[in-house]
Amino acid sequence: MSFFNLFFIVFLGILIFVLYFHISNYLLDYLGKKNNGSYNFENSIRPVIFITPAFIVLFIFILYPVFETVRLSFYDKFGREFVGLYNYRWAIKDPEFQRSILNNLGWLLIVPTLSTFFGLVIANLADRVWWGSIAKSIIFMPMAISFVGAGVIWKFIYEYRGPGDTQIGLLNAIIVSFGYEPQAWLTIPIWNNVFLMAIMIWIQTGLALVIFSAALRGIPKETLEAARIDGASELKIFFSIIIPYLEQTILVIWTLITIIVLRIFDIIFAMTNGEWQTGVLANLMYDWMFRGGGDSGRGSVLAIVIMIGVIPILAWNLYKHRQEQKI
Amino acid sequence: MKKINISSVLSQLLLLFFVIIWIIPTFGLFISSLRDKDLLAISGWWTSLTTTEMNEIYRMAGMEEQINKDDFFIIKGNLFESNTGKKIQSFGISSKKINEFEVGDIARFKDNSEVTVSADGEYIWKSQKEFSKKKGKRLFITSLSPPSFTFDNYKEVLFQEGIGRAFLNTTAVALPSTLIPLIICSFFAYALTWMKFFGRDTLLAIIIASLVVPLQMSLIPILTIYNDFGALFGVAAKSYPGVWMAHTGFGLASTTFLLRNFIKSLPNEMMEAAKVDGASHYDIFVRIIIPLSIPAFASIFILQFLWCWNDLLVGLVFLDQVPSEIILTAKLKELLGSRGENWEILTTGAFVSMTVPLFIFFALQRYFIRGLVAGSVKG
Repeated sequence: MSFFNLFFIVFLGILIFVLYFHISNYLLDYLGKKNNGSYNFENSIRPVIFITPAFIVLFIFILYPVFETVRLSFYDKFGREFVGLYNYRWAIKDPEFQRSILNNLGWLLIVPTLSTFFGLVIANLADRVWWGSIAKSIIFMPMAISFVGAGVIWKFIYEYRGPGDTQIGLLNAIIVSFGYEPQAWLTIPIWNNVFLMAIMIWIQTGLALVIFSAALRGIPKETLEAARIDGASELKIFFSIIIPYLEQTILVIWTLITIIVLRIFDIIFAMTNGEWQTGVLANLMYDWMFRGGGDSGRGSVLAIVIMIGVIPILAWNLYKHRQEQKI
Repeated sequence: MKKINISSVLSQLLLLFFVIIWIIPTFGLFISSLRDKDLLAISGWWTSLTTTEMNEIYRMAGMEEQINKDDFFIIKGNLFESNTGKKIQSFGISSKKINEFEVGDIARFKDNSEVTVSADGEYIWKSQKEFSKKKGKRLFITSLSPPSFTFDNYKEVLFQEGIGRAFLNTTAVALPSTLIPLIICSFFAYALTWMKFFGRDTLLAIIIASLVVPLQMSLIPILTIYNDFGALFGVAAKSYPGVWMAHTGFGLASTTFLLRNFIKSLPNEMMEAAKVDGASHYDIFVRIIIPLSIPAFASIFILQFLWCWNDLLVGLVFLDQVPSEIILTAKLKELLGSRGENWEILTTGAFVSMTVPLFIFFALQRYFIRGLVAGSVKG
């Protein structure tokens, strides 16, 4: 496809949607005037025009697939024959699945916790120094780049050369300068997971940081000053005033990062492709979408396991939404 | 009056420590992408920031290069293949004494031939007897190389490795994938906020629920739909419009949610007044809502655009991995596999893929942060 064609279909694709809304609404206005501005006529058609495109997309890409994935999980690899719980039983016994579940749990425990912790600490530190906003910018920057880009950055840090050679990876260069043997970090089982998680923490700390920074501004200055006048130490203020005040925010950030981590795929796919026992559910699922011509049953089971992880968060969000609606 | 106390100094040091840790990985990548590819493979990027001393062994040219002049046989040449700005400090003719001679000194070999080396690598090797060996003798060089950077890697990566084309493809994926949801979700969000219709509350609840549904739940059924659709109409199952709609679908809930929160915060009176004046919902939307929503649009545009630009999974599943369709992240992943040792390609390719996000980040950081803080939750 040539550059011009590409540009043309991009333009066309966007134009279609603009035209849809413009023409349909224009027609409705026109017809409404013909019907002497009948209020009911307009009120029954207009919402349909406004909602239809979004609803169709929502239905095709979210609603239908959710039910279809649940159905497929009870069917064979082609989605034709009902096999009951066969795919689920396979999953429980599959060593790769067990490994992935364990790894996912490790990711869920470590990444949100450390990202939130670092974000909180850095937000507090940045609040009290004059170059705080520059510092925040720098720490927030990884949020803008892709997981794959971050993967390349960190693969370069973890790069391994044989013991005699000059190390061009920063981590091994440091280790060697202290007189230790260089390590192929990404191939050491269990620990390599930690090195992969470090990348995610490096990225997500920025997210926690900006949200905490915004929340910190909400703490009344008088409270902090009163505490200082009473002679409370900075640490005391941090633990007795700031943390309790930010409790809600901490929870929000923690869930936010949990959701992102639960479907972590890119970093592992780019760095190790699940080898050396680093596989997680999303990678295993991608694998089964294509392995041996693809197995929609097993793939669906894996998607559902990821989904189960977010159900508590989903329920909590709906509950909160209900409360808001009542007010 | 500012007072300097220990806790403030400690805060600064601790923050500086975090900042250094956070910036070093990206900085190293950037520096590496600007280095000579041969140097990149043999030395750490941190050595390129200062003038470094290097010990190297070079071999002079052999008998074929000799010329006969005034009773002497002379071989002339330059030890360095290209001008890299290296300056020779000292040289030696045996591996035991590599620093024996200063630049300009005359060194005498056992066979009575004489050699002198100048700082830029030029050497003159003289002998009264004719040179008879195909290979020249070895010289041991101690040189200082200043930091030197080049854009050669960028030229190679953009035009030979297909990164340039992938950059274009990613743009062609990301722009419509951002604008289409923005268009249809703004109407959707308006309807959810200001219009009365059957099932509105249910629809809102579905949006809230969809916020956290992982996109893995959708991959298999949608891939099947695309394959069936392609087979039915005899078109390619994987295409740009397919990816746009997939991104639209996966970004729909969060875009709608954020826009609805914003539209809901707009003053009700304005809408009522316009209605009394006989404005239709479409008029209100175009004349009032859109102009007022520009900051919100900017935030959401940036979030969704970065999401689409940085995405790997959707581009991997819904596009063919061929040069005319492969996106930057997929291309980088491919290079990680096939050119895993060619760090000049990887670092440069990664940096090219980061240019647009970094530009947006630095130019529009305010909107980016506002969008994230407004509650970026993405399935």
